[in-house]
Amino acid sequence: MPTAPATDPAASPSPSLQGHTLDVLGLTVRYGGFTALDAVDLAVQPGEILALLGPSGCGKTTLLRTVAGFTRQAEGQVLIDGASIDDLPPNRRQVGIVFQNYALFPHMSVADNVAYGLQARRWAKPRIAARVAELLEMVQLGPLRDRAPRQLSGGQQQRVALARALAIEPSILLLDEPFAALDRSLRLDMQIEIKRLQRQLGLTAILVTHDQDEAMSVADRIAVMRGGRIEQLGTPVEVYDQPRTRFVSGFIGSTNLLPCLMLGAEAGMARIRLPDGAHLAAPLGSAAPLPPGPAVLAVRPEQLMLHDEAADDRFPVALGLALPIGGQTIREATTEGGAPLRLVEPRLGGIADRGPRAWCGLVPGARPAVFPHPDTEEE
Amino acid sequence: MRSTWGLAAPLVAPLGLAYAAFFVAPLLMLFAVSFYADDRMTVLGLGQWQRFLGDAFHWKVIGNTVLLGLKTVAATLLLGLPLALAYRAASPGWQRVLLFVVVMPLLTSVVVRTFAWIVILGREGVVNQMVMGLGLAADPLRLLQTELGLVISLTQIEMPLLLLPLLSVMARIDPNLMDASASLGASPWRTLFRVILPLAAPGIAAGCLLVFASSTTAFISQSVIGGERLVYLPAMVWQQAMVVANWPFAATAAIALLVSVSAVIAVIATAGRIAGGRIHG
Ligand SMILES: Nc1ncnc2c1ncn2[C@@H]1O[C@H](COP(=O)(O)OP(=O)(O)O)[C@@H](O)[C@H]1O
Ligand SMILES: [Mg+2]
Repeated sequence: MPTAPATDPAASPSPSLQGHTLDVLGLTVRYGGFTALDAVDLAVQPGEILALLGPSGCGKTTLLRTVAGFTRQAEGQVLIDGASIDDLPPNRRQVGIVFQNYALFPHMSVADNVAYGLQARRWAKPRIAARVAELLEMVQLGPLRDRAPRQLSGGQQQRVALARALAIEPSILLLDEPFAALDRSLRLDMQIEIKRLQRQLGLTAILVTHDQDEAMSVADRIAVMRGGRIEQLGTPVEVYDQPRTRFVSGFIGSTNLLPCLMLGAEAGMARIRLPDGAHLAAPLGSAAPLPPGPAVLAVRPEQLMLHDEAADDRFPVALGLALPIGGQTIREATTEGGAPLRLVEPRLGGIADRGPRAWCGLVPGARPAVFPHPDTEEE
Repeated sequence: MRSTWGLAAPLVAPLGLAYAAFFVAPLLMLFAVSFYADDRMTVLGLGQWQRFLGDAFHWKVIGNTVLLGLKTVAATLLLGLPLALAYRAASPGWQRVLLFVVVMPLLTSVVVRTFAWIVILGREGVVNQMVMGLGLAADPLRLLQTELGLVISLTQIEMPLLLLPLLSVMARIDPNLMDASASLGASPWRTLFRVILPLAAPGIAAGCLLVFASSTTAFISQSVIGGERLVYLPAMVWQQAMVVANWPFAATAAIALLVSVSAVIAVIATAGRIAGGRIHG
């Protein structure tokens, strides 16, 4: 586990502790006629890790490549510490990048890879040697300094890539799916490692991932992307608890989508009716107040619970599979309208014995979200 | 391994036999013939070798032949490397066009492309008409029957032999390496010399090797464009064998050609293996 930054004796590589800011304003990138980024706005705070989360092809890599200067935007600006870097070529942007495949120079040793950026800056040899030693120490690769990259494991290569990017003291660190090629346990180690280094050095970083758990655990804030736009930007808890759109609610965590009728809202509580006739009163999670009419209730598995008797605010379900996972039971069920449902019950010793039918209601205090019905939603 | 070999042996046998019959055996005969002291091949002895190695003229021919190869290699490299870099940067459509232009010399017959160069380089040729038309020279330049003209034409003719291995090695270089280099602060020149060229070294070595071997033995180009006054080893072998009918001396010259070309090739290949070993080995 990471130790507190102040007491970590392993490394103090000349930290640039007042982090830098990154602002992206109205960034549009097109490939031919295809718009890969569509007027993206993003403000990354000093010293924060911001995760770009989204399905494959939504423009995450394109955003990183544009910030790094490899790809040219059609419109918009990129600012570091308030100053535009749009006219700077990649080699003068002071932006560090770790590629998904690490992109280590195969013909150079570990130490030469790390020294590469310092040589490009024409540092004196002894100074480079000292700094390389310091960085390799920091990523715990000192003994492997003379190895070739191909002689290292995936996790070790990842550390070299990180040390190489950090060597130049970048204003901004960009990480493009850095853990995707690692196996599960190593991935967790590296996530902790990156978090530790970022805290210790006060780095401003963007982490691209399509793994929501990774985004939730590593990032200070998450930007959920879809089709070249940022759909929601917020802390992990905000994005999970108050998804602004149906897409976000489905992409982060799992969600049950139930068609329903919005009856009205009063005092922040939405009154909705499910097709089976159950009336639910839910504290409105979604930001925009909806007009009465067809809507979709997005309710997370842990926000639902089962009862043995009917009630006004419960709806009947047919129970299916029950999977015990750790301290929880995941249950599958089907509403009378045929909508599949997934819910989570705490396991209090054994799987609760239930018949084929039960009544489903909200857990007291749960805040599900209500979104416009797809037919009425403007895209 | 054993079962693979068992399967492969009958399949390679025809080629192996042909190789033994038409390459190894004649080569051994060549060696044997060079040890006849007289041109009627009646007396064994080292006479041909003494005559060949004792004459400074023959050493000069060896030197000229090797030098011609090295000059052609240098010229193809100088023009071919930028072309390979342009190819990398080009869109797929342009890559196809470039590749066609590059392999074109391989698709035309040796005779046609050699005579095409005569038309281009001759006294009344395209180059001279242009140079004189632009007023750059009063008299036509002498390009035919000069080493310069020969190197120019060999450069075009041998270009595919450099570019084909080079392009295939360069296509395997991860483009992220160039981006990584730039993001670390390296200028495009530094990226070229520290990343692209070292990683392309095996392809460069393979290409240089082919160009050298092919240009030093390019009998037709050497004789037609270089003419009679520029003597290289292949022409000397031909002349001794076919005109003078001194087979032992021709064999000696042929072995000299083989040895000198192989020596340079060994140097290039070793350099390439050292560079490649660091990367791939
Ligand atoms: N060089 C390119 N030329 C054309 N289209 C591209 C290029 N790079 C990316 N794209 C397209 O842009 C979209 C976004 O790509 P990318 O940013 O790589 O997505 P992500 O990293 O989120 O998976 C994809 O649809 C992809 O096909
Ligand atoms: Mg990507």
